[in-house]
Amino acid sequence: MNLRVMVIARKELLQLKRDRLTLAMMTAQPIALLLLFGYAINTDVRHIPTLIFDQDHSAESRDLGLRLQATGFYDVVGSVEGYPEIERSFRSGKARVALVIPPRYAAKLAQAEPTALQLLVDGSDSMVVASATNSAASLVAALSAEVRLKQIRRRGERVRAEALTLESNLLYNPDQRTAVYVVPGLIGVILTMTMVMLTSMALARERERGTLEQLVVSPLRSIDLVLGKILPYVAIGYVQMAIILVFARVVFDVPVVGSLLLLFALAFLFISANLAVGLFFSTLARTQQQAMQMSFFFMLPNILLSGFMFPFEAMPFFARALSQMLPLTHFLRIVRGIVLRGSGLYDLGAELLWLSAILALLVTLSSLRFQKKLA
Amino acid sequence: MTEGEAMIETTALGRRFGEIEAVRDVSLQVKRGEIFGILGPNGAGKSTLIRMLCGILDPTSGSGRVVGHDIVREAERIKAHIGYMTQRFSLYEDLSVQENLEFYAGIYAIPRGRRRARVDAVLGQSGLGERRKQLAGTLSGGWKQRVALACATIHEPPLLFLDEPTAAVDPVSRREFWERIHAIAQGGTTAVMTTHYMDEAERCHRLAFIFGGALLDIGTPEAIVAKRHLRVAELDVDRAAEAAEILRQAAEVEEVAHYGHLLRVALRGASAESVTRRLLETRGIEVRSARESRATVEDAFVSMVRRQRLEEGER
Repeated sequence: MNLRVMVIARKELLQLKRDRLTLAMMTAQPIALLLLFGYAINTDVRHIPTLIFDQDHSAESRDLGLRLQATGFYDVVGSVEGYPEIERSFRSGKARVALVIPPRYAAKLAQAEPTALQLLVDGSDSMVVASATNSAASLVAALSAEVRLKQIRRRGERVRAEALTLESNLLYNPDQRTAVYVVPGLIGVILTMTMVMLTSMALARERERGTLEQLVVSPLRSIDLVLGKILPYVAIGYVQMAIILVFARVVFDVPVVGSLLLLFALAFLFISANLAVGLFFSTLARTQQQAMQMSFFFMLPNILLSGFMFPFEAMPFFARALSQMLPLTHFLRIVRGIVLRGSGLYDLGAELLWLSAILALLVTLSSLRFQKKLA
Repeated sequence: MTEGEAMIETTALGRRFGEIEAVRDVSLQVKRGEIFGILGPNGAGKSTLIRMLCGILDPTSGSGRVVGHDIVREAERIKAHIGYMTQRFSLYEDLSVQENLEFYAGIYAIPRGRRRARVDAVLGQSGLGERRKQLAGTLSGGWKQRVALACATIHEPPLLFLDEPTAAVDPVSRREFWERIHAIAQGGTTAVMTTHYMDEAERCHRLAFIFGGALLDIGTPEAIVAKRHLRVAELDVDRAAEAAEILRQAAEVEEVAHYGHLLRVALRGASAESVTRRLLETRGIEVRSARESRATVEDAFVSMVRRQRLEEGER
């Protein structure tokens, strides 16, 4: 079996080598797209996964957590007992925001001592940052006013300073440059575009030229054909990724915090999954033109729903469900995690599983669709 | 499989595409080493029949066995033992001649050690040696045909399917192609081909006539022609167009065709010459010369199709 996969793969590479136009496109396209894509559009982010680090454990501190949840901007997903835990959750993307309530919070409020709350925000997503800090700031301001009013009523005395202040700290991308956020995501978007297109025409072309019929009458197995048509193009994907990373560094000054090796290793699944999407389209299309249209259409949900333009947290439920099916959604979490936050393999386990499942599903579907019978 | 055993055996094979019955009730046998021609006009169902025999299209009725395997249940087992070539010469145009051959050698899992030898052998047999490095897309039709045939026989299949293999090449290439086919058949390979060239049909060992999806006749070219009891005359006449019209009205005349300045008339009767002379001279057309000619497969085929159309018209 492996032998025939290699035979197909070798043929694909030979054909690619002779196809100067495609080769040039595959190099120029990522650079052009990278330079063309400007800014991501800001939106109001809701339901930001939030942690609470409550060092007081009082009725008042719990009340603060409830109020935070009630704003609709925050979904309290858990409470933690230390900063390292917060950082771990950020790295794996489980939470984007953490509210730190200091010890003796209730006591300080009661004694009208000035109290500082801390809001930790994952700065790798600029839109989340803006929403998270703004809404928390207004919540705290309102709360502060309320507390002051109570104090005044209770004691009838003048209050010296604000009862509550909020200090926001960005953990990653502290200067909030859009490029830092957008460029790593572009790696995923560009790879999706080019990889799907690359294979979407692969079978359609063979069908149009009649060589597919020749393969159908041969003892070649469907799975050999599918894998043989995917594997050689992974190399192209890697070349593109390297080009974008170099440009990201040189032109946009985007640093890579985490392990490049891990990024390239995990990209294998993502690149293969997109190639498999293209191949699946190829089994549906009768002509190269149809295949082309399908791959263009596929880009829409990828751009809109993957979290590239609009944060995942801002989407309604059905859109989130759909976006989980897109390889790009998971790769964006991987690439942003590794490049911006230095996430490790452990932090990205869920995305790894998702990508593997999507890839396996697509390879199976394509193999089943490529019937060794004519209709 | 032993000598003389059927390479192909079908029983009432049929295929429908929705309302259209592309092939109906075809029962035939092809023996080892035969060159078997499937003859019929465009759209008669020839390609559909071949595809069913290759195991890439399931029949909607009937059954068949090819190289000892059932065409529906064991289709994949058939595929290693057959070669398949169509008039499209399905080559990778951006690969060289040799790369195309190596690709198919790999697809048919010829062991790595023997691959080079096989590629060299078919290159030599097809006279392609000097063009091995040339891209397939830059070859002329005749050369593409050679490469396609070489690809289809790289794994030395005992059974070769050829779907209108000569439709897109010039007469010289066709002639050379037939020499190759006969050479391959000498080596024990069975060849099944479709064609609508009547001169090619006469080069086959046996023929099947397909019309409207149905098998009209099957047998050696000689037997098929003899069965029609056709007489043929070639006439040099005055006012050829008018003469042709008169002859076509006659009940016994099967076919009238212009061949340059001659009229070729096929009919049923004792003597074509005397019948045509009688028919024309009573209408005042001068017959300058007339001579009897041999009835061909084409005459037989046209007559068969004509009768079929008449029957269908009556129905």
